Amino acid sequence: MGAQLRLLRRRIKSVRSTAKITRAQELIASSRIVKAQQRMQAAVPYEREITNAVSAVLSNSTTVDHPLMAAKEQPASAGVLIVTSDRGFCGGFNANVLREAEALKGHLIERGLAVKPFVTGRKGLTWHRFRSREMTGEWEGFSDNPGYANAKEMADALIGSFTDDNGIDEIHIVYTEFVSMLTQRVVVKRILPLEVQEEAEEVDEGPVPYYEFEPDAGEVLNALLPRYIESRIYNALLQSAASEHAARRRAMKSATDNANELIGVFTRQMNQARQAEITQEISEIVGGANALADAAAGKE
Amino acid sequence: MAKLHVGFVSPERELWSGEADMVIAKTVEGEIGILPNHAPVLGVLVEGGVLRVKRDGELDLVAAVHGGFISVADNQVSVLAEAAELGSEVDVAATKDALQRAQASIEADQADADARLEAKRAAARLRAAGEEV
Repeated sequence: MGAQLRLLRRRIKSVRSTAKITRAQELIASSRIVKAQQRMQAAVPYEREITNAVSAVLSNSTTVDHPLMAAKEQPASAGVLIVTSDRGFCGGFNANVLREAEALKGHLIERGLAVKPFVTGRKGLTWHRFRSREMTGEWEGFSDNPGYANAKEMADALIGSFTDDNGIDEIHIVYTEFVSMLTQRVVVKRILPLEVQEEAEEVDEGPVPYYEFEPDAGEVLNALLPRYIESRIYNALLQSAASEHAARRRAMKSATDNANELIGVFTRQMNQARQAEITQEISEIVGGANALADAAAGKE
Repeated sequence: MAKLHVGFVSPERELWSGEADMVIAKTVEGEIGILPNHAPVLGVLVEGGVLRVKRDGELDLVAAVHGGFISVADNQVSVLAEAAELGSEVDVAATKDALQRAQASIEADQADADARLEAKRAAARLRAAGEEV
């Protein structure tokens, strides 16, 4: 057997085993997208209720003055929460987030703010470590299946450094929004100081009723706002997790398609090589027979 | 009689929603009972409280609620729990175990805030499951 033939057989075998792996990854990712979407759905009622509750408090108390809502007059530093994934194999997912985070950093520096990164996800962590950048907060280990406890931990750290006198003056979050199976978009949002987003559907519900508060409006707001921030961060984590699976599924699908195409190309090359070998053998045999016949004829 | 429309949610899922005759919850100011046509209220719930929803023709829905809020307006009751467990979902034996462990660590160290919280939560879970604590 020719050396070229053997080489091609070996390559086909290796590409085929790669295709098996990427295909399996693709299937796993597809099933996890569904789960991640269900978790996103399950979190919707809470988010809606807490947004309603916050707007109820704000519309009832005329003097809204809460440290989490007050923009500082001369902001000196800004925190950026960057949500990346723990694992690779997901195409441009992390690169997109990090690029957007860099752009945001550029804007903040232009405004004269010092930027302090808070990073979640192993890929984001290694990206920062490789460039020897200081990180103010680091989390990892839950990017594909975040729990509320994870969001709470992050929110505590962020709120802590926001309320601290020497801490940061505003906080932005960079994450990937899950628009649909096919579309995910990197978004940048400011989470602190807080602006409550009222959903469009609430507008036509008329005036908000006059609430009684237990114990009082200030206390309720004190307890409510951190929960609201936690729920926003939790939402970002869930969106990012769903997007990660979708990105991985797409990356793995194109890897599988590529592998199958390669297998096709190599198979054709291999057939050609085998045919060439056979043709050569035949012409050698024919040539040899002819030579023998000529030699025999020469003797006579 | 008017009914209350109750939504009972935690950040990770919706635990229950439906119609009810009365909702009893424990806020930081004490127990509060909500009947239909109650005035709008927004209250902060205590850590380790028990929520009881009285329903027509069905057993009461009882749940352990660990912090959160209750908001009432126009016969809509929303209970937003930071963490919650329905009484029917509680593993009684495991929770009793957890309670004993927590109490043991409180005895060992009076200032152990984590253990106190854990004991409170376990007690609430047991009460929600209908156990005497």
